[in-house]
Amino acid sequence: MFGLDKTDTKLLLIVAVLCLFAPFILNPFPTSSGLAQFNAGYPDLMQRFVIFGIFAVGFNILFGLTGYLSFGHAAFLGVGSYSAVWMFKLLSMNVIPAILLSVLLSGVFALIIGYVSLRRSGIYFSILTLAFAQMSFALAYSVFTPITGGETGLQLALDDPRILGISQTAGGNIPVPALFGLEMRASWDLVLGDWQFTFNAGYYLCALILLAAFYMAIRIFRSPFGMMLRAVKSNQQRMNYTGLNTKPYTLAAFVISGMYAGLAGGLMASMDPLAGAERMQWTASGEVVLMTILGGAGTLIGPVLGAGFIKYFENIFSKLNDNVLHGWFAFMPDGLENLMVTIVHPFVGKGWHLTLGILFMLVVIFLPGGLVEGGQRVGRLFRRRDIKSTGPEAEAAQQRNAAE
Amino acid sequence: MGILEVKDVGKRFGGLQALGDVNLSVQENSCHAIIGPNGAGKSTLLNCLIGKLIPDTGSVLFDGQSVLGRTPYEICQMGISRVFQTPEIFGDLSVLENMMIPIFAKRDGAFELNAFSSVFAQRDVLEQAEHMLAEMNLADKRHMHAAAMSRGDKRRLEIAMCLSQNPRLLLLDEPTAGMARADTNNTIDLLKQIKDERDITIAIIEHDMHVVFSLADRITVLAQGRPLVEDTPDKIKGHPKVREAYLGESA
Repeated sequence: MFGLDKTDTKLLLIVAVLCLFAPFILNPFPTSSGLAQFNAGYPDLMQRFVIFGIFAVGFNILFGLTGYLSFGHAAFLGVGSYSAVWMFKLLSMNVIPAILLSVLLSGVFALIIGYVSLRRSGIYFSILTLAFAQMSFALAYSVFTPITGGETGLQLALDDPRILGISQTAGGNIPVPALFGLEMRASWDLVLGDWQFTFNAGYYLCALILLAAFYMAIRIFRSPFGMMLRAVKSNQQRMNYTGLNTKPYTLAAFVISGMYAGLAGGLMASMDPLAGAERMQWTASGEVVLMTILGGAGTLIGPVLGAGFIKYFENIFSKLNDNVLHGWFAFMPDGLENLMVTIVHPFVGKGWHLTLGILFMLVVIFLPGGLVEGGQRVGRLFRRRDIKSTGPEAEAAQQRNAAE
Repeated sequence: MGILEVKDVGKRFGGLQALGDVNLSVQENSCHAIIGPNGAGKSTLLNCLIGKLIPDTGSVLFDGQSVLGRTPYEICQMGISRVFQTPEIFGDLSVLENMMIPIFAKRDGAFELNAFSSVFAQRDVLEQAEHMLAEMNLADKRHMHAAAMSRGDKRRLEIAMCLSQNPRLLLLDEPTAGMARADTNNTIDLLKQIKDERDITIAIIEHDMHVVFSLADRITVLAQGRPLVEDTPDKIKGHPKVREAYLGESA
């Protein structure tokens, strides 16, 4: 389907189903239960899942395929956000031109940074990209204040021109981003007994774009271009002596992944029309590296999983405080309850980074291929089990293995 | 005039004159060996031919065109392929993919942004690659990780990758270095077969006299960066100067 083989089509369909039913999948607990705080199915967080999924998928095209580790990808995220907000200020509140401009501008930006940074490889490349991103961050924070809003960030105002739209709504408010009249913040609640599911227009727009971005990534991975990028990672010397110029290949990969980052930035601003310099900071660049490695660099689905994993921790674990913990351990005798709370305390709330760090270490040490490798191992375990079994199950397993 | 003309090439590294006044003419469709003791400048000369080093003096002409100042990929696109001392292949890729990359390079040139079609939809490239693998007896290993192959198979694959581009000149840098006797003999047979079946010029740098004398039509002996003699294998074997400089102890 769509020019993909069977496995890739299956993968695309899985992502499509996950995106479509995310409001259900992420809200498994009834609202009144104590576990409701583990529900992640609210629009704001779901949007973040898919937006960072796009960011990580794009990053993986560079890092996963060519092995060039960029430590400055957040700069493109920031450029994307600023361009989108400027579109909202000057043109109209429609998200389409905003997103287009963010992709375009971040692509140009990536071309310039990539052209210079790709003169070096390995750690020097990483440092160059980091330097560029930090420079962009510092400039956005100070010198470029008229363009970026400096410390306060870039926000919409009542007196913005918006030549194709309106400066103010009839009620005297700033209009909100919309897709041809469909407001991005528009939501519809479905209440089923004790469960509440929210369907949000902005989320579904992001999810659609994620699907398109994911599809593009599959095509790139399976194309001759993608094969050349893997060849760059494998042996540049042989590339050169095979008559191939590695530089345009790496530069193209850099620009494409920069455009993915710009797309993510543009979407971020479309969901919430403001942009700040902190989006370009090195911590944001580091985060996408973590997402990709945690999920599985060089795999298709890995970065999306990694992005979801990290964003879930950031938003859910960070909200657990001592009161919640006391609630959990209330069944224990007083002394033991306090002891348990003291033990768990450093790992939740503000300490969520500690939990994430430990999990990251465990994954890198025991599953170097990331979460995807974990999934594959579990899959193999089940397959082995049904080979050992007897009767129709074993026959089915044999046929399946023969088909592969 | 030969297909490869090296004229008065000199190269100096600091105080060391690695090459001086090297003149060499490789005739089309011949096999020309360059031998010499360690430090004779064989590798430096080779690096000057394929764009890795630029000589201080002299000129290198391939088919009448200068190769000096061109990058390795441009020189490869001109028709010179190089086989390395340790096989340089794409270890992380499958054998079939390894085989397809040079064919893509030949078809599409040094860069092609072909990012939206499937690799396996390129029937012409796939067929050529399969054909080449079958010819080289590597067809049963096509889905193997290239890095997992034996040294001898890696060498076969590398040579196959070079040949798939139909180069006019094949440069081999000690192709049997570090190989077991059986693998060395296989490689010699393979190279003989290539020489007989194809219109190709081979220039080979080698340490192993057995390899050189069974393949070469002409031999140039380098010593201390200068060509000592150039002649046919039979004459080289008995040449007193060569015995003195190179074969001295072993012959």
